[in-house]
Amino acid sequence: MGTKLNNKHKAVLSVICIALFLVLVYLGDIMIRPGSSMKMLITVIEKGSIFALVAASMNLLNGFTGLFSLGQAGFMLIGAYTYAIFTIPAASHDKVYQYFNGGVIKWSIVEILEGRLGIVGHYLGMFLPMLLAGIVVAFVGFLIGIPVLRLKSDYLAIATLGFAEIIRAFFQWNTLGPITNGSNVLRKYTTYNNAIFPVFIAGICIAIILLLINSTYGRAFRAIRDDEIAAEAMGVNLFKHKEMSFVISSFFAGISGALLAMFQTTISATPFTTVMTYEILLIVVIGGIGSITGSIIGAFLFTAASEWWLRGLDAGRWLGISSDLMRPGFRKVVFAILIMLIVLFYSRGIMGDKEFSWDGFFAWWKNRPAAIKAWPAKRRAARAAKKEAFALKAAARSRAKQSKQENEARKASGEALFTPLPVADHVIVFDKEGK
Amino acid sequence: MVYGILRLINFAHGDVFMWSGLIMVYLVTVLPMWLSAIIVVIFAVVLGTTIEKVAYRPLRSAPRMSIMISAIGVSYLLQNFALYITGGLTKTYPSISWLQKTVTIGTATTKMVTLITPVLTIVLVVLLVMLIKYTKIGMAMRAVSRDFETSSLMGIDINRVITVTFIIGCGLASIGSILYFSNYTGINPMSGAMPGLKAFVAAVFGGIGSIPGAVVGAFVIGICENLIKGAGWTTFSDAFTFVLLIIILMVKPTGLFGEKNLDKV
Repeated sequence: MGTKLNNKHKAVLSVICIALFLVLVYLGDIMIRPGSSMKMLITVIEKGSIFALVAASMNLLNGFTGLFSLGQAGFMLIGAYTYAIFTIPAASHDKVYQYFNGGVIKWSIVEILEGRLGIVGHYLGMFLPMLLAGIVVAFVGFLIGIPVLRLKSDYLAIATLGFAEIIRAFFQWNTLGPITNGSNVLRKYTTYNNAIFPVFIAGICIAIILLLINSTYGRAFRAIRDDEIAAEAMGVNLFKHKEMSFVISSFFAGISGALLAMFQTTISATPFTTVMTYEILLIVVIGGIGSITGSIIGAFLFTAASEWWLRGLDAGRWLGISSDLMRPGFRKVVFAILIMLIVLFYSRGIMGDKEFSWDGFFAWWKNRPAAIKAWPAKRRAARAAKKEAFALKAAARSRAKQSKQENEARKASGEALFTPLPVADHVIVFDKEGK
Repeated sequence: MVYGILRLINFAHGDVFMWSGLIMVYLVTVLPMWLSAIIVVIFAVVLGTTIEKVAYRPLRSAPRMSIMISAIGVSYLLQNFALYITGGLTKTYPSISWLQKTVTIGTATTKMVTLITPVLTIVLVVLLVMLIKYTKIGMAMRAVSRDFETSSLMGIDINRVITVTFIIGCGLASIGSILYFSNYTGINPMSGAMPGLKAFVAAVFGGIGSIPGAVVGAFVIGICENLIKGAGWTTFSDAFTFVLLIIILMVKPTGLFGEKNLDKV
């Protein structure tokens, strides 16, 4: 394996890996039958990629610009609603908005475009509302950012948290019912039909975030994080860059909200509470503040752990251990304790502030920990030992077979199988012996 | 209070509040009322100091953000643990007969608790202000809130001061929870989050570090919320608190009675 790769090779390698992953996800979703336990894997990938996107957008704000904002759930909520409102098929409007006379908007972007452009229009019709969700949220973020971004750390946190709550109240307001359906759920809107869709969209968005971070703007963001006053002295327009980071982060939070709406197939304002923001924040922390790769890994680990691996804790049996302690809710307690441990003792998270890179990967591979390094040799040794043991056993078996045959032959020829022991006075001889 | 000293949003404060309510629910089934009320206060104090020891003390020198994240983590843990214990059901708070007694003053009839609450609040506030102004520990608290490092150089045991702060803060939270849940009897794992945030808003409103300010702020918030509910905008009553917060932060970041804070480079 080459140690030094040029950029072209790296790009090709990345593209191949991503393409392989996408194909696997696509095939996985088609091949795995519903009800099989592996279906959980697909669910985790879907939800994980959605949370990876929102965690990355939060990381852009918290980890790269140093703005401790807690408004992510509110932004996702707007995104989810914007998407859902514009994609409910016209025929279902009466059912969905049953308390509001079928609502105000009696059309769906998906249907309009599908009617004109067929299948292309169908996807365009899903893509446009999603983009619209992003833009609406970005605009809201812009408006909120103007007053809020002048505040300092904890005030900023609590003010953004406050705005998220205001947004939630707004969407539950009955007067807006003809559009938002009040406190009732929105459903029957268009969703994707293969897990590749959220993975793909989230992937593109995260790629854009990565590009942004490595641009001059990204450097300005990091300068603000490290020292506001120094950055200002160096000619970084503080407010402009903060606002920009905030708007971009909101945009992607909006898109992830739209994806979440598709994933859940029904949407209501109730679950988008501060707890959701906390969870996203914890994902960012687990992955490492200031690392997008970390956020992605954190998101998948978080969803896998909470949706899949620790499920057994609720059902009473986990890894073969069963206990009365394990009843519904226990999973979350264990999970929260794990998170606290990470926060207290491993506060840099999985990736710290480093990103994944092929160079880094190969460097790690070269200096890989002894346990991993020794693994292939160990495996080989284990296999050899197994083989040897097998050979020995086979030899023993053949020997046993041979001696048995010989004995048979001797028996047949009338020869005594055992030579009688010499009888002596002081030796007790059992009856069984001899003959 | 805690915020004023530590300059830290204790996200877990609301959950201490909720937990003391919850413990009360369980204790009342086996113990007499007055005894369980005392135990609840002790429990809240122990819980608060434990949180401080485990989650905040190791991070004292860490950047602000990690402390806040740790606070959020604690809050998440407490909520989930409560969820596990209660199974997510809303528990009914025991009615304390003495607090529920109806009182008639002139022509107005009201519950005892409505009458007790403001009186008790004022008494406690006066006590607290006196504590902070005239006792040694109060002086230490003020010093710590001004400047961590200098006060430790002056021979103040910061950890002790902060522990005392947490003891007082959590004790008050538990007393508050007894009064609060006597009025709003439903208690579930999430019912601590909102009062906790509102308390913070009240503190900001009145000016960080000023206890009378916090009380005035809390009264203003409470009154405005009820007015809004009365006007039929119930959905917005929580949102209003935050609107108020944002307005305050925009217009007068130091709050009503706050001290001026200058940024040093």
